[in-house]
Amino acid sequence: MAKRAAPEVNAGSMADIAFLLLIFFLVTTTIEKDKGLLRSLPPIDDSEVTPPIIKQKNLFTVLINRHNQLLVEDEEMQLKDLRQAAVEFLDNGGGTNAAGETCTYCKGKKDESSSDHPDKAIISMKHDRETTYEKYMDVQNELVAAYNILREREATRLYKKYYPNAEKVFTAMLEEKEKNQFSKDEVLNERIETIKNLFPMKLSEAEPDKD
Amino acid sequence: MSKFRKKEKGELPAISTASLPDIVFMLLFFFMVATVMRDSSLMIENRLPSADQVEKLKKDRTIFIYAGKPSSQYKQFGVEPRIQFNDAFIGLEDVQSSIYQGISEMNEELQSKVVVGLKVDKDTNAGLVSDIKQELRKANALKVMYIANARKDE
Repeated sequence: MAKRAAPEVNAGSMADIAFLLLIFFLVTTTIEKDKGLLRSLPPIDDSEVTPPIIKQKNLFTVLINRHNQLLVEDEEMQLKDLRQAAVEFLDNGGGTNAAGETCTYCKGKKDESSSDHPDKAIISMKHDRETTYEKYMDVQNELVAAYNILREREATRLYKKYYPNAEKVFTAMLEEKEKNQFSKDEVLNERIETIKNLFPMKLSEAEPDKD
Repeated sequence: MSKFRKKEKGELPAISTASLPDIVFMLLFFFMVATVMRDSSLMIENRLPSADQVEKLKKDRTIFIYAGKPSSQYKQFGVEPRIQFNDAFIGLEDVQSSIYQGISEMNEELQSKVVVGLKVDKDTNAGLVSDIKQELRKANALKVMYIANARKDE
């Protein structure tokens, strides 16, 4: 009797191995989404209109020098205190806005010498050419954070009832808007606008001096 | 007895699954090749700053501009921070035309919503960034995203 040929190697599990690889790659490949701070630049304005005079008390100046030191309202400040200082400035509500309304939702100190109304409060930042980008971003981040804190607070006050489980109501609203970007939700958009208008982001950047 | 034997003989051989791995491998390779994760190869150092107030970026409407010191393979370009667009270093005066080029390559309905993503190294002078921003204003691309690594709220 002739010797039998060696039995074929079972290749059935090859498919499993290949599937395993396929699934491994599918799961581990996280196409990382970029994140960042979204800001709008002012359009170039060539008209020779004299800019409106802004009272000093409505202006919150932040300067960063070439050694990455912060000068806020003519006093040196540490980065960690900036957020709180900006919140206090924006939330002060010591006077009235252009329409003559007082800020009913402000919870600040109502200090006469600080900003009148969130509508009028402007944060102005200026940096040196040799400031590092990292520090610049840190400061931007703190200032944006100040606005976000206040907007969160107002969103919680006004719309918490619609988002009982959300920890951050404003974030939840923005996320919902993001989810329904193809079906416009007028009510939601209006609410978001309301919050934004309570604390409009007036963050101006001066050009660094050319030397 | 004969009944059983007959049946055994007539049974079809099992379908060979030997080609299944090939099919799956083909799929695997197809996906590996088709998944384009092309990021214009960076010629600069690019360590992003971090921030905790970040928003997500919509990639379909974004033009990226990179800036930073030339990385170690590109020492011949010096140590001063440079601007990179797509795969080449550009000067400040080319930023505008690059932006226009980027916009023209984009989907038409997104062209008005263009966002410029700035991927700038931490150690770059902020002066360079403000120069770029000045050029962007001239090109009327006013939405800017400073790309940063997300940091957790403390």
